[in-house]
Amino acid sequence: MKKSLPMLVMGACTLYFLVPIWWLLVAASKSRGEFSSTNPLWFADFKLIDNLRELFAYRDGVFLRWLGNSIVYTGGAALLGTVLAAMCGYALAKYRFPGREAIFNVVLSGVLVPATALALPLFLIFSQFNATNTFWSVFLPSLVNPFGVYLARIYATASVPDELLEAARLDGSGEVRTFFTVSTKLMFPALVTIFLFHFVAVWNNFLLPLIMLGNERLFPVTLGLYTWNTQVNQHPELRMLVLTGALVSIIPLVIAFLLLQRFWRNGLGSGAIK
Amino acid sequence: MTRKRPIGALLFFILPFGLLFAAFYLAPILYAIKQSLYKVERTGTFGPAREVFGGLDQYARVLQDGPFWESIGRVLLFGVVQVPVMLGLALVLALLLDSGLVRGKRFFRLAFFVPYAVPGVVAAIMWGFLYSPNLSPFQQVTSAVDLLSADFVLWAMANVVTWVYVGYNMLIIYSSLLAIPQEVYEAAKLDGAGAIRTAVSIKIPLVMPAIVLTTVFSIIGTLQLLAEPAVFRTFSSAVTSTYTPNLTVYSTSSIPNFNLAAAFSVVLALATCVLSFAFLKVTQRGGDK
Repeated sequence: MKKSLPMLVMGACTLYFLVPIWWLLVAASKSRGEFSSTNPLWFADFKLIDNLRELFAYRDGVFLRWLGNSIVYTGGAALLGTVLAAMCGYALAKYRFPGREAIFNVVLSGVLVPATALALPLFLIFSQFNATNTFWSVFLPSLVNPFGVYLARIYATASVPDELLEAARLDGSGEVRTFFTVSTKLMFPALVTIFLFHFVAVWNNFLLPLIMLGNERLFPVTLGLYTWNTQVNQHPELRMLVLTGALVSIIPLVIAFLLLQRFWRNGLGSGAIK
Repeated sequence: MTRKRPIGALLFFILPFGLLFAAFYLAPILYAIKQSLYKVERTGTFGPAREVFGGLDQYARVLQDGPFWESIGRVLLFGVVQVPVMLGLALVLALLLDSGLVRGKRFFRLAFFVPYAVPGVVAAIMWGFLYSPNLSPFQQVTSAVDLLSADFVLWAMANVVTWVYVGYNMLIIYSSLLAIPQEVYEAAKLDGAGAIRTAVSIKIPLVMPAIVLTTVFSIIGTLQLLAEPAVFRTFSSAVTSTYTPNLTVYSTSSIPNFNLAAAFSVVLALATCVLSFAFLKVTQRGGDK
C-alpha cells in the first residue's frame, strides 16, 4: 500500500513524458490519408519507410543536408567549445596570476546574459563584414560557453591535485602536455557534462540561425522544420514531412543521451553541488 | 608558487576562449548599447536615411511601448506559475527516485529525461499537433476546450516547456541527492525520522543549492521564450508578433528598426540579469541562517 502511491505517480508521469513521443512515432508511420482517419495512438498500414524515402528525397534531399549541418554546428561547436572552456577553466583553477578573479567574474556574468540578447547585435556586427548568411556566422558564436568555464574551474579545483601537477613538472612534462595527458583524464566526467550542456544549448539555439541565415542550404534541422511548418497551409504535403522529420531529428540525440548518461550523471552531481 | 609563472602556457589556455568571448559576448553587448543610442532620420518622406545620435530616445520609445510591457507581464505571469510547477514536479520525482520506494529507477530516470532530447522547436511543433482540435489524438479534450485560444495558449506553451525540462531539472536535483553522505541518513534514522520527515528536514535543505541553480536557469529561460511562441503562431492566431519580449525583438528587427530592437534587447538583458541576481541574493540571505 505504501509503495503503490509512488509507483502510481511514476507511472502517470511516464505516460505524460512518453505518450507524445509514441504518438509522433505512430503518426510518422502513416500515410497522409490514414493520419487523420485512423486511431492516432496505434499503427495503421506501416508507411514509415515510404515517408522516410519521401522526406530524404524532397527538394533534392535538403533534409539530409540540414541533418548534416546540425551535426557540424552542434557536434563541432560542442566539441571545440568544450576543449576551449576546459582549458580556460583549468587555467583559472590551477594557476595564480593577476586578474584571475576579474576574468572569472566577467565570464561568470556572461552566464546571466540571455543568448537571445546577443543574436541581434551579432547579426549587425557580422553584416558589417558581409559575413551574415554564412556557416561561420552561426558556428563561431556557438563556440563560446561561459557556463562550461565555470563548471571546468569548479571541477578542476576539486579533482586535479596540485601535487600531481608538481610531480608531472618534476618529470619534465610541460604545462600544456600535462593538461592534455593527465588533467583531462581526471576531468573527464566534467568534460562530458560540459559537452552535453553545450550540445543541447547549440541544438536548441533557434534565434541565431533564424536571424543569421537566409540560404536554406545552411539551415540546421530545427530551422528547416520550422520553415516547413510555417508553409503547411500552402503545401499540405509538408505536414507528413514535418512529422517524419521531427521524429528523425530527435532520434540521434536520444541515442547519444542513452550512451553518455552514465558519465553525465557523475559530472553533473559534482557541478551542481557547489 | 615559487617557480616562474608559465606565461606561455597561460596564454595558450586562456587566449582562445578569451578572444572568442570578447568577440561574441562583450562586443555584441557593447554594440547593442551603442546602436540603441542612435536613431534613423530621414530628410523628408523619401529622403535618404541616415543614422544620428539620439541619446535615450529609443529607451523612451521602449518605455512607452505598450505591447512590449504587456509581453513582459505575460512572461512574468508565465514564469510565476510555470517555474514553481516544473521545479516542484522535478523535486518530487527526484525525491521519489531517491526514496527507495520506487522500483525500476533506471527506467524512470531515462523515461523522464527523454523529452530533454527534443529541441524546443520540435517539441512545440509536436504539441501544436497534439493541441489542434482536428489533428489531436485527444479530440475529446481539444474539442471541449480550445487549448490554442487566447485564454489557454499561454498555458499550452507552459506545458510544452514543462514537458521538455522537468526531467533535466529532476536529474540535477537527483544528482545532488546522491551526493549526500549516508551518515546523515543514519543519524536521522536513529532519531526516528520517517521517509517524509527525512525528505523535508534533511534532503530538501541539502539540495537547496541545486534548486537555486535550476531556478536561475528557469528564470533566464522564461524571459527568453521564443521558439514556442514562434511555432504556435502557425497553430493559433492568438499568438501575436509581440507575444513575448524576444518575439518583439525579432519582429522589430525584421521591420527593420535595428536601433529600437537593440534598445529592446538591452532592456531585456538587464531585466534578466536583475531578476536572476535578485533571486540569488534573496536565497543567499535565507541560506545564511
